[in-house]
Amino acid sequence: MTELNKTGAAVGEPTAAHRPEAFLEVRDLKVHFPTDDGIVKSVDGLSFSLEKGKTLAIVGESGSGKSVTSLAVMGLHRLGARGKNVRMGGEIWLDGKELVNASPDEVRRLRGREMAMIFQDPLSAMHPYYKIGDQIVEAYRVHNNVSKKVARKRAIEMLDRVGIPEPAKRVDGYPHEFSGGMRQRAMIAMALVNNPELLIADEPTTALDVTVQAQILDLIRDLQKEFGSAVIMITHDLGVVAEIADDVLVMYGGRCVERGPADEVFEQPQHPYTWGLLGSMPRIDRETSERLIPVKGSPPSLINVPSGCAFHPRCPYADLPKGNVTRTVRPELQQVDGGHFSACHLSPEDRTRIWTEEIAPKL
Amino acid sequence: MSETNKTESAPEAAIPHQASAPGEREVLLKVEGLQKHFPIKKGILQRQVAAVKAVDGIDFEVRKGETLGVVGESGCGKSTMGRVITRLQDPTGGSIHFEGQDITKLSTGKMRPLRRDIQMIFQDPYGSLNPRHTIGSIVSAPFRLQGVEPEGGVKKEVQRLLELVGLSPEHYNRYPHEFSGGQRQRIGIARALALKPKLVVADEPVSALDVSIQAQVVNLMDDLQQELGLTYVIIAHDLSVVRHVSDRVAVMYLGKIVEFADSSKLYESPMHPYTKALMSAVPVPDPKRRGQKNERILLRGDVPSPIAPPSGCRFHTRCWKATQICKTTEPPLLELRPGQRVACHHPENFADQAPQDVVLLSAAKEAVDLVGSAVLAEEAKQAQASAAAETASEEPAAAAEETVTAEETVSAEETVSAEETVAENQESTDK
Repeated sequence: MTELNKTGAAVGEPTAAHRPEAFLEVRDLKVHFPTDDGIVKSVDGLSFSLEKGKTLAIVGESGSGKSVTSLAVMGLHRLGARGKNVRMGGEIWLDGKELVNASPDEVRRLRGREMAMIFQDPLSAMHPYYKIGDQIVEAYRVHNNVSKKVARKRAIEMLDRVGIPEPAKRVDGYPHEFSGGMRQRAMIAMALVNNPELLIADEPTTALDVTVQAQILDLIRDLQKEFGSAVIMITHDLGVVAEIADDVLVMYGGRCVERGPADEVFEQPQHPYTWGLLGSMPRIDRETSERLIPVKGSPPSLINVPSGCAFHPRCPYADLPKGNVTRTVRPELQQVDGGHFSACHLSPEDRTRIWTEEIAPKL
Repeated sequence: MSETNKTESAPEAAIPHQASAPGEREVLLKVEGLQKHFPIKKGILQRQVAAVKAVDGIDFEVRKGETLGVVGESGCGKSTMGRVITRLQDPTGGSIHFEGQDITKLSTGKMRPLRRDIQMIFQDPYGSLNPRHTIGSIVSAPFRLQGVEPEGGVKKEVQRLLELVGLSPEHYNRYPHEFSGGQRQRIGIARALALKPKLVVADEPVSALDVSIQAQVVNLMDDLQQELGLTYVIIAHDLSVVRHVSDRVAVMYLGKIVEFADSSKLYESPMHPYTKALMSAVPVPDPKRRGQKNERILLRGDVPSPIAPPSGCRFHTRCWKATQICKTTEPPLLELRPGQRVACHHPENFADQAPQDVVLLSAAKEAVDLVGSAVLAEEAKQAQASAAAETASEEPAAAAEETVTAEETVSAEETVSAEETVAENQESTDK
């Protein structure tokens, strides 16, 4: 490992003028919301990249900044807040175009065509007053200069593709006439109607039953194969991550604490928070162990983020590194090996030892 | 089954009654033929035109000190069941016995003293706490309503309860909005435990919480059960959580219990095809198992409407093993193996209950496409094994032989389709 590789700055943040090679590259993204109580630092220096045809899962608890990140990529913060109540910094490069400093018009042209989003709750994401078909037609006609008839045909085709029975009939249905799973399918159809190259799915299956969840995950995977899109999957369910993701990014308090290929992150997780997440999950494939190993305490306030490592108040190993380093110095992302990074003050030897001896046997 | 008989013979003497067999615990709650139908009314006269059969005839019992998990998809009636057994809603039919006392038809006034013993924890920690009351007043409400004066005064007792669930006694004068979701759920638990209940019905107690907090609450409920000897009925849609907390599990589908078994037995060898499908759909946090689609069973479509549930076995419209008998005859919930009751004509991991009926329904033929090849191969093996067992045990009568040949054809068919799926899988991976 070279000295250059060891610091997260050299890896995660290449010089600003450099045009990235990756399809989507987010560099040092900051999204802050000024409020009466102080600045809410929802995302505070996040970097990642994603290639076409790959799936990145962003994992974290509520309030860790997962959704804010996805909304930032979609350029939706400015829209809601009219540019007044949000401060954004850093860069987002999508297919060679920078989005953070782009004009709202430019982003609007990309939104829906090059990037699309699936929301958690399809009932509130769809307009209750318009027919499903009309909403898909609208999304299609915004970006394609075609007649209503052609667009309708396209809508029926998409509904068929996502597995809605009798699409020619259901295209005239209203959102409330669809079941939860069907509604989620319709929203996927709407998101994919323009063959976007980047699909962001924000907890797409959280509100669904396991059986339907399996159907939807399969569908997203098949469609990704078919269209070769890049997918960002935002979830808190590590089972879903293992099921679908190539890469994993674990967020805590608005920052990335661990990132790497899914296999490695599950096999050799490097951050105590990732251990905590794995230990908290009851598993269906294991005999009931005595107790779950929860993470003590609750997620941090994003206004007064704990000093040093944001996780130190909840970390059982915070006193292990010498001195007061966990409380005073914010750890940077460091390379573990290959594409696997972790932001932790524990020495690599300590981490390997704790994982193999203390955590892994209890899972 | 033996327990059921005992309580039937001596319904009054249930409290002092001790189960004779060691390990068999006393029955605390016994539910028989429970029904809850919600009428659908139409027109000026508001005549009833149909009913949503949310719970449609279920029997089970909860033993003292155990945790019963109830799982099922949304709309299967599990929450309604929870509300009916706590008498928050009145049942349409059937009976509920609590400690041997029939509480099915008790009036609100007569029910009140029993409320002390039966408590509920709700799913939504935001909606179940009054935002205008302090935590102290919320947790002390049970004492006020029941007119109970705990030793050392209400305030002291409430502070003790807050400590018990891992909150600080100083939180007494705060309001719900000052707490996080996990803390609010703890407040809900403290309130439910205030009067030292015997039975706690928890409706999705952890599903609104983050994973790390979820683990804290699960552990807390576990500790409290051991400390206070509580009996839980935990209703949840998350099968992993239910596996972790439950001693026994009831699987519900469209208002019926389709399988009722000891937790370990249910998860190791599920007998109802629905249970098997449900469990195979749970994503496992292990990327190595990704793409092993051949172990998965995908169910087609959604749960049918509980207004007009399918005839016979309610699962037959989505089941890959459904035959004619499934369409016409409702399978009874039978104890096929000790500690494992199942309502199915063609159970998994067990001898077929209707071996003469072998022709698959057309819906089942479609559904079988979505069943993983490994599952089918295993089934075929078991079918052959059970067929062999039958020939060994029974007289080589012509009838028996017929069934055997019939079974073999089925298993042969299944293996063929399994091979096809394997080939398809390979093709798709090649692509």
